[in-house]
Amino acid sequence: MEPAEFIQHSGGAIGVAWLMIAFPLVGAAILLLGGRRTDRFGHLVGVVMAVASFVVAALAFVQLLGFQPGERRRLIPLYDFIPGMAKVGLLVDPLSISFCLLITFVGSLIHVYSIGYMAHDPNRRRFFAYLNLFVAAMLLLVLADNYVALFVGWEGVGLASYLLIGFWQHKPSAATAAKKAFIVNRVGDFGLLIGIFTIFATFHSLAFAQVFPAAHGASQGTLTAIGLLLLVGACGKSAQLPLQSWLLDAMEGPTPVSALIHAATMVTAGVYLIVRSGAVFQGAETAQLVVTIVGVATLLAGAIIGTAKDDIKKALAGSTMSQIGYMVLAAGIGPAGYAFAIAHLITHGFFKADLFLGAGSVMHGMNDEVDMRKYGGLRKVMPITFVTFLIGYLAIIGFPLLSGYFTKDGIIETAMEHNAVLGWLAVIGAGVTGFYMSRLVFMTFFGAKRWEATAHPHESPAVMTWPLIILSLGAIGLGAFLIVGNRFMTFLAPAVGAPEELPTFNPFSLTGLVTLALVAAGAAFAWFRYGAAEVPAVAPRGSFLTTFARRDLYGDALNEALFMRPGQWLTRLAVFFDNRGVDGLVNGLAAGIGGSSGRLRRIQTGFVRSYALSIFVGAALLAGAWLVVGNL
Amino acid sequence: MPWLSTLMGVSVLGALGVTLVRNDKLAKQFTLVVSLIVLALTVAMAVQFSPNGDKFQFAETYDWIPAFGVHYGVAVDGIALVLILLSVILVPIVVLASWHDAEKGKRSVRTYFSLLLVLEAMMIGVFAATDVFLFYVFFEAMLIPMYFMIGSYGGAQRSYAAVKFLLYSLFGGLLMLVAVIALYSIAGKGTFMFSDLVGTVQDVTTQKWLFLGFFIAFAIKAPLWPFHTWLPDAAAQAPAGAAVLLVGVLDKVGTYGMLRFCLELFPDAAKFFTPLVITLSVIGIVYGAIVAIGQTDMKRLIAYTSVSHFGFIAMGVFAMTTDAGAGATLYMVNHGFSTGALFLIAGFLIHRRGSQFISDYGGVQKVAPILAGTFLVAGLSSLSLPGLSTFVSEFMVLTGTYQRYVVPSVIAATGVILAAIYILWMYQRTMNGPTAESVKSLPDLNAREKWVVAPLIALLLVFGFYPKPLLDVIHPAVKDTLSSVSVTDPGAAVPVAKEGQ
Repeated sequence: MEPAEFIQHSGGAIGVAWLMIAFPLVGAAILLLGGRRTDRFGHLVGVVMAVASFVVAALAFVQLLGFQPGERRRLIPLYDFIPGMAKVGLLVDPLSISFCLLITFVGSLIHVYSIGYMAHDPNRRRFFAYLNLFVAAMLLLVLADNYVALFVGWEGVGLASYLLIGFWQHKPSAATAAKKAFIVNRVGDFGLLIGIFTIFATFHSLAFAQVFPAAHGASQGTLTAIGLLLLVGACGKSAQLPLQSWLLDAMEGPTPVSALIHAATMVTAGVYLIVRSGAVFQGAETAQLVVTIVGVATLLAGAIIGTAKDDIKKALAGSTMSQIGYMVLAAGIGPAGYAFAIAHLITHGFFKADLFLGAGSVMHGMNDEVDMRKYGGLRKVMPITFVTFLIGYLAIIGFPLLSGYFTKDGIIETAMEHNAVLGWLAVIGAGVTGFYMSRLVFMTFFGAKRWEATAHPHESPAVMTWPLIILSLGAIGLGAFLIVGNRFMTFLAPAVGAPEELPTFNPFSLTGLVTLALVAAGAAFAWFRYGAAEVPAVAPRGSFLTTFARRDLYGDALNEALFMRPGQWLTRLAVFFDNRGVDGLVNGLAAGIGGSSGRLRRIQTGFVRSYALSIFVGAALLAGAWLVVGNL
Repeated sequence: MPWLSTLMGVSVLGALGVTLVRNDKLAKQFTLVVSLIVLALTVAMAVQFSPNGDKFQFAETYDWIPAFGVHYGVAVDGIALVLILLSVILVPIVVLASWHDAEKGKRSVRTYFSLLLVLEAMMIGVFAATDVFLFYVFFEAMLIPMYFMIGSYGGAQRSYAAVKFLLYSLFGGLLMLVAVIALYSIAGKGTFMFSDLVGTVQDVTTQKWLFLGFFIAFAIKAPLWPFHTWLPDAAAQAPAGAAVLLVGVLDKVGTYGMLRFCLELFPDAAKFFTPLVITLSVIGIVYGAIVAIGQTDMKRLIAYTSVSHFGFIAMGVFAMTTDAGAGATLYMVNHGFSTGALFLIAGFLIHRRGSQFISDYGGVQKVAPILAGTFLVAGLSSLSLPGLSTFVSEFMVLTGTYQRYVVPSVIAATGVILAAIYILWMYQRTMNGPTAESVKSLPDLNAREKWVVAPLIALLLVFGFYPKPLLDVIHPAVKDTLSSVSVTDPGAAVPVAKEGQ
């Protein structure tokens, strides 16, 4: 099934889709420019703007459903952004509206949660300003109808991420993590930019509505190049290998940020980019193959990292990497995988936000302790957090009939059909997920209390638990809703296409059963190690493999050895060369002409005014002489 | 109405007027009013400019030295117009920012502000000149007020920096003078009017020599690598306001000159030297950024970022595509606002603490959040964050260049990564982390300083989302320039269905 035609649209909620972006943007502006005057009610402004944005998204969704499937790609022109290069408009279609609903709904819940979580922070207003800014930029990213506007949103979310990771900027670790995230993302953006240049050089247009229908006319080499370059951008934003290293450090940010930006929404932008650019990738098999390889490698790497972390947020961050790996894998497969990639992205948005906010709720009650070796037995003192977390946990490991079961299984089955090697690696990844997520739950909520003496864990206030409850409902039912009967695949088809033959869901397929068995084995192993046995207060040294996983597969060490240290040397060399080489040469020349350079300076400080004049007069004389000679 | 002469006349009269005022405070207020009047007049002129009308508008031509065919000729096309706008917008901002800068030394406060207005007149003149000799005169004469602003009101090493600046520039100017005169005699038209000289030099070898005479002068002025070493010294020693005008406007005369004179007067030579210029530009982009990363002095760091940015501008000029050329012109304007904001806010910070060294700061965000926030925005504009106007111009330059020169523009694009490193690392070291003991009592921006920063940030934001008003004026002028070099834009490999077809 081919994607539908683009249709110019006006009227209704879709016609004012820009309001989705405008509300949170205005919110951010009010809170940042209003200063301390808005401290008292700033968080409410933030929440209202996010909810208003959700209302517009929901209305637009309803309006979109009212059209025939073949007429659901709606363009809303806005204005001429860069004359001759890009007019800006919005594209409301099943793909973008799915993202809008996810971003604004989960975003609104996290705004509400943050009222409680950040209640004691003196800069809560600024926090909400940045959250609003993020929502606006993220919506621009997914609603843009061309690559430049997409890039504006793309870097906009990067800025918001930078500001929020470094929100507690008095902490050097937070400031460093923020900077690292921005710079690593810029490496990805460099690739994305060159991809955009190539698109423009090839098509002389950056508008989706013009580029995609013409894409098949470009040579395979060009499409492969564009695809790989876009993938570099996706790797940066979505923390895929080899640009993954920033995500674990990004956990320095407040936990709602980790939930919203570094789990549910921003980090999935890479998946969006690949799916949105399907017309390009489908003409470039090599690029698609590389996408799937990156996805599989990252889903395994993230899972392995997840097994070794004692910091609850970092374990979840490894898990996020891994789950996005699944989505990237599916996105690399083509129309057969797109719907599963996005469906998993949506369910993951719910259960991972649920898990992160749950972790935040635990930290809130434990004096911001993140070391799971100092948790244990928390299920009794935090019942709501425990139950919602448990649901999120069951969803992510793919417990039958919960959300992750449907969406992740869809990815694995599709991958298996596409390429058995990729498929089996994805199955193994699911088994590892079963282990590390169970480990996390057992260490936190089960076993003996290993709390610090000062810890008095308690359940969080309602403003924090209600979002957890709502998210866990999504973690329960959303997967079945989207996948059963191919509901989501059919809905998405006008935007991204769909395979000629729709897949049928088979709960007893070999792949599915093996996956379940491996997950169960992983969970059992975790119970044996961390549930039944006592968890040591200090992490045992472990084998080489454990160290390998703990140190993020030596990603940072590699970056340091390959880029940072040579870069530092290059910088020093360049500065030295500039002072001694280039400038030295010039000063040397000057000294050679005027005597020693010291004398030069001394003489000229008093002399230079007349010197200037004499040069000027001299030049004028020269000019006169030339004229006379020239005219003879 | 003789708009351009009026603008210059008001500035010059203002400069004279300032010296007559006996009271320093009154002198400052007077300067501010004059610069605002000039701004208002320029805006009034700009709105009457018709982008698709004559190439040069508001033209005035009078004989100056009839014996040699030298004219007082001024007019503006879209390129000159936006650069004049940049200049007259920056002057009142600089005046306000420099309110107390001239008071530290023993030199006269009034002279400083008088020099500012003299400089303003010359900045208008140099962009408006339609007579090549008149351009040369402004080009050289501009050095004088700037020399005094650095040499008399600058930092500890001001003399060294001022002399280096002057000698470098005079050397370049001398080469240009020789080329100007040679052009005059070879053309044999008995006039220095630019429009009469275009297309007169046919011989390619002659073009090459004359091109070099102009180009080296402009490459020093801009400055391009490897002619850049005077800039960090001059910018670091100049008072912040003078540094803004130096880097923001005076240096643009170099890149403006390349676009206006090197391309139009010597089209064949320009094409011949394009590979060389693009190479120098790309080296400058990467080199300037890497050296900026390694700086320990804030103002030197900002100066080196400008070396990198000038590389982008020169690359855009010589890529000879409409997108790159228009992008380069827009870049000149945006860079003025961006680097202006950086220098001025860094200047406020330095003024408070009395040190230019990055290591003397830390955790300023906590005590002066507005100062830190605006510094971050200015920094983000330097790293071309989308949403700020610098992104538009950098994007246009790179996209435009990529259409003709893939590898250079890819290397140049690494500048986006390096820029993130030099800006964010500087920001982290000065503003983040635990608050250093020595900055614990730093006050935040006061009302005057906020008024300095606000217009710059507003301009960066407005043109970041809506650059059309500037581009509408720039585009026809750039197209015209490129057609006189007789190059056409590369076409699309795969045509797409455009709207309405």
